[in-house]
Amino acid sequence: MRALIVDDSTATRFILKSILKEIGFATVEANSGAAALHKLTEDSHFELALVDWNMPEMNGYEFVVAVRQVSTFASLRILMVTSETDVEQITKAIEAGANEYLMKPFTKDAIRDKLQMLGFDVGTHA
Amino acid sequence: MLASPVSFDFDYLRRIVREKTAIVLEAEKVYLAEAKLGPIVRRSGSASLTDLLRDLRSQPWGATHQQVVEAMTNNETSFFRDLYPYEALKNRMLPELLTKRAHVRELNIWSAASSSGQEAASIAMVIRENFRALDGWKIRILGTDIAAEMVNRCKEGLFAQHEVNRGLPAQYLVKYFDRVGLHWRLKPILSEMMEFRQMNLSALWPNLPTMDIVFLRNVLIYFDVDTKRTILTRMKSMLRPDSYLLLGGAETTLNIVDDYERVDFSKFDAYRLKNRSSKA
Repeated sequence: MRALIVDDSTATRFILKSILKEIGFATVEANSGAAALHKLTEDSHFELALVDWNMPEMNGYEFVVAVRQVSTFASLRILMVTSETDVEQITKAIEAGANEYLMKPFTKDAIRDKLQMLGFDVGTHA
Repeated sequence: MLASPVSFDFDYLRRIVREKTAIVLEAEKVYLAEAKLGPIVRRSGSASLTDLLRDLRSQPWGATHQQVVEAMTNNETSFFRDLYPYEALKNRMLPELLTKRAHVRELNIWSAASSSGQEAASIAMVIRENFRALDGWKIRILGTDIAAEMVNRCKEGLFAQHEVNRGLPAQYLVKYFDRVGLHWRLKPILSEMMEFRQMNLSALWPNLPTMDIVFLRNVLIYFDVDTKRTILTRMKSMLRPDSYLLLGGAETTLNIVDDYERVDFSKFDAYRLKNRSSKA
């Protein structure tokens, strides 16, 4: 399983990378929506993308919209992981094609729950 | 004796929890006491957990004793915990009961250790999301918990952000909850189906309606065998022959009471009262 971690915070990417590695994902990191889209275009073999909202160049919402316009990426599961907590924003992201939404701050168990909801085998809880 | 030395009186803590709830605190869980009781230590003005427990031990039973017991028996839960029980509810149990109860148009569902209310809310969401045919039925989801504080929280229908982050699909969050500051409140379309009462499963039970489905999940594991037997025996009178009893993944009626039979759902077992004819 391969996951793309899209967040402009190095610390957040590090935390997400550790959690995903423990679950069994190989990860690739990107610090903006534009960088993530570039990586995805070069290599589309990702099952999952964890995507922040507020990032320079291309934000997470714009990234979701862009990804959902490309049929090659249709099977990519997108989990927004963001500090945006307004109902309108959550609705907007889901309608644009994000598969799930997690509000920061998050816990390891919350990530596991969401990935399980997206159909990934996350193993048993510790 | 404890596996690792601690400064506070864990034996006393274990004794009062056992006396009031029949729940047995494992010695390995001693480390949880500091975290769970920290807020009570601060509220009480005690310098430490050691001091608080020493003071409580020398005093007659009061509100703080009760808060300590409740805090030690609160358990973390999440929306749609374990997923499969809710799949079974949606795909088999509710469609079946929809037909069987069509003449009375009434359903009683019990979340028997409702904790902070996620289980009851999850049941309500399964119904609202999938069973428009139940509109107009009298549906009651009763949540009971031993802790007064938990029951009051459930009545408010308020959940913290870290709670709605656990197991709740984002689409349900925006559909069935309103954001209230840093919290999320259940919308009336769900809360109007739910009712919460304080109840100790190991003490005398109040009069309750006969139940069609009982969620008694991840509760029995905390009791000794005698208390499990008492609870499962009492539960018989709460169920109809075609009612379902749902236990946690690590729980069973086997070798405790002989009055239930397993019903096999995909990746999940529920229980039903044994048919009289098959008992012989």
